Amino acid sequence: MDWQSFWLTIRLAVLVATVLALLGLPIAYWITYSRWRWKFIAEAVVALPIVLPPTVLGFYILIALGPRSPLGRWWQSFTGHTLAFTFEGLVIGSIIYSLPFAVQPFAASFAAVDQRLLAASATLGASKLRTFLELILPLSLPGLVTGIALSFAHTMGEFGVVLMVGGNIPGVTRTVSIDIYDKVQAFDYAGANATALMLLVISFTILSLVYALNRKVWAVWPFK
Amino acid sequence: MNVETKPDVIVEEERASSVRCALSLQLRKRFQTRDCSFELNVDLEIPAGITILFGPSGAGKTTILDCIAGLTTPESGMLNLKERVLFNGEKGIDVSPQNRRVGYVFQDLALFPHLSVKKNVQYGIASLPASEREERSRQILESFHVAELQQRKPSEISGGERQRVALARALVTDPAVLLLDEPLAALDAAIKSKIVDDLRAWNESHQIPILYVTHSREEVFALGERVIVLQNGKVIAQGTPHEVMTAPRQETIAVLAGFENIFDAHVTAIHEDRGTMTCLIAGSNVQLETPLVRADVGSALRVGIRAGDILLASIEPAGLSARNVIPGRVISLAQRDVIVVAKVNCGVELEVHLTLAARDSLQLQPGREVWLVIKTHSCHLMAS
Repeated sequence: MDWQSFWLTIRLAVLVATVLALLGLPIAYWITYSRWRWKFIAEAVVALPIVLPPTVLGFYILIALGPRSPLGRWWQSFTGHTLAFTFEGLVIGSIIYSLPFAVQPFAASFAAVDQRLLAASATLGASKLRTFLELILPLSLPGLVTGIALSFAHTMGEFGVVLMVGGNIPGVTRTVSIDIYDKVQAFDYAGANATALMLLVISFTILSLVYALNRKVWAVWPFK
Repeated sequence: MNVETKPDVIVEEERASSVRCALSLQLRKRFQTRDCSFELNVDLEIPAGITILFGPSGAGKTTILDCIAGLTTPESGMLNLKERVLFNGEKGIDVSPQNRRVGYVFQDLALFPHLSVKKNVQYGIASLPASEREERSRQILESFHVAELQQRKPSEISGGERQRVALARALVTDPAVLLLDEPLAALDAAIKSKIVDDLRAWNESHQIPILYVTHSREEVFALGERVIVLQNGKVIAQGTPHEVMTAPRQETIAVLAGFENIFDAHVTAIHEDRGTMTCLIAGSNVQLETPLVRADVGSALRVGIRAGDILLASIEPAGLSARNVIPGRVISLAQRDVIVVAKVNCGVELEVHLTLAARDSLQLQPGREVWLVIKTHSCHLMAS
């Protein structure tokens, strides 16, 4: 069991889930309530990581982070090294890769909040921000929990994007899934099994918790 | 108030109240869907007190409320609440719902399910200092008799209690107008009238216009000081419930007001001395004595008769004041709730409502010969 890659993966997943919670809420809010006619294009872009092969996504992220792209150049002038094959690069790649797993549950739960509650809030004088914080957020708690847990679990298990963007640098970009791949390549089946089993148990536990929690939330707040 | 003896005072009072409290609106809005188009076009002055907006579903009642609350934007028109301009299409004024001071109780109440009764009521007065917030929510909950429910969630209280909480939540903000979208439709009459009493008591001291949307004619009579009848986005009648509902001039209102029997007829004789006239129902030889209206012999009109205003007799009655006694035959009997709906053929088919006990004591059944008894003044005349 390679604890270094395990803790690296946990660190990555926590960071990505946190950023996605903050970034995903305004994006989901905009997707749910905007009346912009080209909104569907934004929705499609957000959903792309679900259908694209991770290698395709990883490839373009690698190009975008590399020294020839404006972003890569800016980062290099700022820090002295490129984003590719660094932990920061891995975080950015993972955020893009897991974006739909946060935004879609958020948006679905926002959309499920009764429009009349929002209208009632407006007639009672509450601003949009207050309506969001005091009504929409608490009423979409199950969706928020789902989105955060899914983006966490999804980041834990990613492989293709990590390999493309981060490579395989121990302690920097070698995550659990790459560690498993490495061990299999080296015919260390016992080691691969120990790590794979760990990932399986963690993912299963997270998902069970999400479903259990959501059920409890719904039972406490019967909506009708 | 007695209009004949103190006309001047009343005019003064009316002017004062309309300046102080009136909501005046002119709204135009078109809706275009694939298979129908709908145009709202209304022009209303609404004084303080309860005004009923009455009409079939799809008449535009809720759209009017949404326009007043600022939840829907009219295409053109204007909306003034006392001296404040809330909307003016020409000048481009459109005050946001947050700043309109409109209390709105929705059809499904829209209580916040995750907040306690107290938090729901305090939602609209969050900007007040805590002590005043407590005091005002306590007062309003007491005046609507739900103070003991403060800590409960909306899902943990009864339907009638939820209505009271929704009213309290809207009124605690001290709105300048109150909009009620069939909030009491699901309640039984006794609870409903108690809640309306509380609402009237509250409005004694506040004197704001209250717009109450309903499609139930019982509610029109029970609640309203004024009624506005809407159909297809237009006002087709307004006045006191009694004026509008008991003597409808138009068939659409007659149907809304519960005239189950409406017939084409024409005048066959006029009896000026008795204040009545005789009308022949088209396609039959049924002659009805009706109240006298300005009409000539031969002119066409329509007669409306409420099913509940017709008496049934199993033998030919004698010695009655009622002028219309018509033989007929029962076609069918159906029980609807606690009334029996009988269809009787007497040349034309009439619907008659009677009680279960009356059906049993008359031993009514299909095929049975009966006499219909209709008072002259139960025959309501409308333009055809």
